[in-house]
Amino acid sequence: MATYTPTNPIDHIGGIKPPAPPAGGGDDGRGASGPDYGARLRRARLGLICAIATVCMVFIALTSAYIVRRGMPTYDDATQAYWYDWNNVSLPWELLAINTVVLLVSSVTMELARRQATRQAALAPVSSIPGVSLGKERSFPWLGITVLLGFGFLAGQWLAWGELHNRGFYVNTNPSSSFTFLLTVTHAVHLAGGLIALLWATTAFLRHKTAEARRIVVDISAWYWHFMLVLWIYIFALLGLAR
Amino acid sequence: MATTATVHAHAAPQGFIRKYIFSLDHKVIGIQYFFLALTAVFVGMFLSLLMRIHLIWPQAVLPLVGEIKPETYLSLLTMHGTIMVFFVLTTAPQGGFGNYILPIQLGAADMAFPVLNMLSFWTTFVGFVVIIAAFFVTGGAPLHGWTGYPPLSAVQAAGPGEGLGADLWITSIAIFCLASLMGALNFITTTLDLRAKGMTLMRMPLTVWSWFITAILGLLAFGVLLSAGILLLLDRNMGTSFYLPQIVVNGVVMQHKGGSVLLWQHLFWFFGHPEVYIAILPGMGVASQILSTFSRKPIFGYKAMVYAMLAIGFFGFMVWGHHMFMSGMSPYSAFIFSVLTMCIGVPSAIKTFNWLGTMWKGHIRFQTPMLYAIGFVSLFVSGGLSGPFLAQPVLDIQLHDTYFVVGHFHLIMGVAAIFGIFAATYYWVPKMFGRMMNETWGRVHFFITLAGTYAIFMPMHYLGMAGQTRRYSQFTEVAYQAKLIPLQTFMTYAAIITIAAQFIFLFNLFYSIFKGPKASDNPWESTTLEWVTATPPPHDNFGGVTPVVHNGPYEYGVPGASKDFVMQTDPPVAGAGH
Repeated sequence: MATYTPTNPIDHIGGIKPPAPPAGGGDDGRGASGPDYGARLRRARLGLICAIATVCMVFIALTSAYIVRRGMPTYDDATQAYWYDWNNVSLPWELLAINTVVLLVSSVTMELARRQATRQAALAPVSSIPGVSLGKERSFPWLGITVLLGFGFLAGQWLAWGELHNRGFYVNTNPSSSFTFLLTVTHAVHLAGGLIALLWATTAFLRHKTAEARRIVVDISAWYWHFMLVLWIYIFALLGLAR
Repeated sequence: MATTATVHAHAAPQGFIRKYIFSLDHKVIGIQYFFLALTAVFVGMFLSLLMRIHLIWPQAVLPLVGEIKPETYLSLLTMHGTIMVFFVLTTAPQGGFGNYILPIQLGAADMAFPVLNMLSFWTTFVGFVVIIAAFFVTGGAPLHGWTGYPPLSAVQAAGPGEGLGADLWITSIAIFCLASLMGALNFITTTLDLRAKGMTLMRMPLTVWSWFITAILGLLAFGVLLSAGILLLLDRNMGTSFYLPQIVVNGVVMQHKGGSVLLWQHLFWFFGHPEVYIAILPGMGVASQILSTFSRKPIFGYKAMVYAMLAIGFFGFMVWGHHMFMSGMSPYSAFIFSVLTMCIGVPSAIKTFNWLGTMWKGHIRFQTPMLYAIGFVSLFVSGGLSGPFLAQPVLDIQLHDTYFVVGHFHLIMGVAAIFGIFAATYYWVPKMFGRMMNETWGRVHFFITLAGTYAIFMPMHYLGMAGQTRRYSQFTEVAYQAKLIPLQTFMTYAAIITIAAQFIFLFNLFYSIFKGPKASDNPWESTTLEWVTATPPPHDNFGGVTPVVHNGPYEYGVPGASKDFVMQTDPPVAGAGH
């Protein structure tokens, strides 16, 4: 039979020393030493997973609407018959292919930036020692290049929308064109959000952020950026194959 | 030491604006959510009062709104439903109490992302301002109900409120979705990553479980509503035809063609049904916490309660079609949706019997939080039992769009959830504001509200079975419904009394916050972590240290303990359940 000594509730915080909690308890003690760098990175990644889940739900909803609307006949009073009003959009394939390549390359440069930021964070304690140089190759502007490529992708998408207009496809021309604009613009908006995060990361050194803090922003932005590439390939495939 | 030093995510703010307006402190944000919901509930309640009065005295000229035309009535019910569902039932239990209590019950100093938390509240606030603005624009508020079914919601010329008012309505919902997604992300990350040492998943209070599962539901559901809303905005303003088939409005042939109004219904209810659980799950958590505390017994079947909530959340995503039995769906689909819906009865019954089992032979303390928790169980059963009726397509054909449905969802989703909020308010206000609420006025408020809500919503089931349809603004001059006038009149009087009683609560709340007797750190002799710390808690929740957890959340009446409760931070006690 265990004994229990009643105490004032507040005393439990600083009171008697109890045995150690069982293994596997809570966060396994990982967060016990406060919000250190590793814990903050893990937390940010967890938050990103949640954000990606919700963006996935947005596009799952749009995809289901796409599939339903594409396969749905409409009744025509004049002919008193059902017919399909889904007319395929004439996509500017070359332009979209170039945009895809741009985004693909940006994903590679983003990954290089992420690894660079990881190295810098790991070496931060060393580089803070006076007289120690890590070499110029460490500061190659991968992040800046990614931002430029990101803007390049958005500009390419802008040209693609203009080309669709030139070919007579507007958002209300046909359900097919409605979905083309809807999916590509929604993706572009999400990608623009990623660009803002990248700009934030690029200017981190201006705001005197530590290498560790910068690494967290770059890491999260990178995984989001890769997700944007996968999402774009999915949208491109949906528009191109499920026509 | 049973504790470890910790570093708070942000320093205590100094200025008034950073301390009380744009605060990063989850406790201040929780209180902000609470008062936003309190404002919203009185707006929503006022709208319902206008509707109840108009139903009985259709010619009456009412203050602020004048004579109520049929379209005005539709505006009132649309705004009542929307404000109540989004800005009260979703905001208060999750945004309010969840924000305030969850990090403390986990032993954390704050939410995982404090800035995002602040953004989440202020985004919700903007959403509320936008929806209220719909009252004041040309044409007034929209007519299409909180479900926003096209074609009514998708055609600007469909009615007086369907112009700018409807655009503001959709925009407000979209803003609310963004805010909820930010909040859900924060809740999930906090629960998974910021638990104190020793706080295993199966030592988390059931309140935390309920907020966590609610956040998962929100994360998966609100994105779908956001997508649906974007399509609706495009149909209304860009000439697309996602939802609109070829349609003639006021003699004018619209340019839309080929769309499907059912597409909206699928997308909306894929969000809409989980939304029911987003509203009620936190109430279940609070009821479990309070029933255990005030029965002085461990919760009956802790793990079963957790798995039941998970099952309810899971099935919640499988049953949206039961809102669409009348849409001409395949009988085979209807059968599947029907069976899955009735499956939800199983975890719901597990929870109900566990609540009763918790109270069974307990040393029950009938204080106001306990009364409201018992009231929650009562309303959950009363409102829930009519669920399996409506879940059967053959009965739904008769009962669809009648007052039976209104009675059902008000009891279970509306009033039961509100009772959960009241229980949480009476239970946690001492911790939040450091003052006890008045017990006598709390009881008076409880008994009037319990009797009043039953008096309003139980007769609706009979009206529905008698065939009285909902959403109609006038029925007193319809011959076959003349016999229903006395029942409707009774309901209106009950509504007036019940609404008047809410001012008792309002007075009790504000008087107690400022003048109530000071609360001790643990006035209810409860066991979870919020009762370990000071009242009200300091900026970092635990005064610079992090508690270490050794016990389960509901250790009442443990053999060998000298008191009838063992707190989670107490030394481990043999014989304790967890």
